[in-house]
Amino acid sequence: MDKRKKNKLLVYIVNFLLTALVFAALVFLIDSGTLDRMQSNLLSLVCINVILAVSLNLVTGVLGQLVLGHAGFMLVGAYAAALFTKNSGLPLDIAFPIGLILAGIVSALFSVVIGIPALRLKGDYLAIITLGFGEIIRVVANNLGFTGGAMGLSGISTIATRQNPAGMFIYAFVIVVLVVFVMFTFGRSRHGRAVIAIREDEIAAEASGVNTTYYKLLAFVIAAFIAGVAGGLYAHHVGVVDPSKFDFNKSVEILIMVVLGGMGSITGSIISATVLTLLPELLRGWLGDFANYRMLIYSIILIIVMLFRPTGLLGRYEVTVSSVFGKVKGFITRRRSSKKEV
Amino acid sequence: MTVLETKDLGINFGGLQALDDVYLKIEEKEIIGLIGPNGAGKTTVFNLLTGVYTPTKGAIRFEGKSIIGKKPYQINRLGIARTFQNIRLFKNMTVLDNIKAAMSQNMKYSALTAILRLPAYWREERDASDSALELLKLFDMEDTADQLAANLPYGRQRKLEILRALASGPKLLLLDEPAAGMNPTETRELMETIHRIRELFGVSILLIEHDMSLVMGVCERIYVLDYGTLIASGTPEEIRGNEQVIKAYLGG
Repeated sequence: MDKRKKNKLLVYIVNFLLTALVFAALVFLIDSGTLDRMQSNLLSLVCINVILAVSLNLVTGVLGQLVLGHAGFMLVGAYAAALFTKNSGLPLDIAFPIGLILAGIVSALFSVVIGIPALRLKGDYLAIITLGFGEIIRVVANNLGFTGGAMGLSGISTIATRQNPAGMFIYAFVIVVLVVFVMFTFGRSRHGRAVIAIREDEIAAEASGVNTTYYKLLAFVIAAFIAGVAGGLYAHHVGVVDPSKFDFNKSVEILIMVVLGGMGSITGSIISATVLTLLPELLRGWLGDFANYRMLIYSIILIIVMLFRPTGLLGRYEVTVSSVFGKVKGFITRRRSSKKEV
Repeated sequence: MTVLETKDLGINFGGLQALDDVYLKIEEKEIIGLIGPNGAGKTTVFNLLTGVYTPTKGAIRFEGKSIIGKKPYQINRLGIARTFQNIRLFKNMTVLDNIKAAMSQNMKYSALTAILRLPAYWREERDASDSALELLKLFDMEDTADQLAANLPYGRQRKLEILRALASGPKLLLLDEPAAGMNPTETRELMETIHRIRELFGVSILLIEHDMSLVMGVCERIYVLDYGTLIASGTPEEIRGNEQVIKAYLGG
């Protein structure tokens, strides 16, 4: 028992150190100018996409409900945060974090309104309703005055500036870490088990005392909150928001990240969101004159992965420090024993 | 003390009277059988008792209180747990998590406590794991705790489903064809297990079964359904000699 506790503590420490190391290295690379502006922008975008993918993974992968309007929640968050920082009059360092929380809350409120009728039903209703929501919210933003209509909102203060090139990345990375931590700890609690049980068998879950409506709504609202925060980050990352950025294609893009990474796998979502964000840009560099074909190659890669790994890259597995430790340990002991045999 | 009582229970599916005039009475720590030919409405009775369907007439009283209109999870929390005819496990969860999933209602920590990993989280999780392992010992399955439920052999999947039902701490256990797909040796084992469960957990058991050796061997009283109505009830001996029952089973 004591040893298990020690191991757990060790895993926490190793996780923390690894994360801190990656974080420090990347911030240093950006601050020192080793990574140019475009590259550091890309890193922030990776973080934002990771947040989106991990949040959608909670509903689509862990809860097993298809959501086709995740970009809609991102849009709500983007506008909420942008409108707040533009109009609050507070200095950006204070207004931005408040704006992000506000973005999450507003987005979560929308999800409650959509989720309560949709999640009481079984089956694909949530997919259809969220699809409708995503389109409606975009059209509404396109036509309202205070959202700036089709022109959207511009002149949103960006966080990464010439004096502080790593500013955005720091925010985005810290939020990624928070979100991933919450996802892991939530997933391994009685609440997470209830959500997974619903995915596995809704009827049996309900017969085992799981309040299915409550947990479906809970997972959906958490995911929407996080997507809203990601939207707020995005708004202050690019400096402009217009409705066309948050269309159905964006929702599908996030969904692809989740499916490719493996439904229900948090680390899978992280890896595939990172790869799929970087891939088109990397292909642009590698292909040179053929850069126009990069989306074609991107699609072919997706098809190949799905053909050979229909459950996604990681399936339902997680890459964790303890699982890697276990693999390495097993490898070493196997090598030792095989050496002895020789 | 009467655990469960139904009066004049019936349900109508769009004009089809699937069940009519069903009177059941289950006393504390009784083992009751519910038998009948295919399509007689046995599983429908279970679905009514557990809130999957709402009856169109009649009353269901559990420990003296009506449970009509309550949701399945509420009924489970009141103390009725069930298994399913075609096994419904959480296949991609471990055996241990399958049981712990059904214990959630007895755990108190909030989502925030879980996320912050406060001491209450560790304590309650450890207690739940310990009692889940204790349950697994009942069927000598503690070695399977970390396996995925989907990877268990059929017999053990059935047993795990019974354990999951017990994990929610029921006063009444509904077993839907627990011996389906078992060989005679396993069925005999199951009979002992059913007795043991009653002694250990002090539950009443209502079971649907086609295997007559099990029903006659383990049940203290038997209800017989045919075409949605009760045609007989009584001790195994009475049922064995009841002409109507023989007719329902053999036809004619």
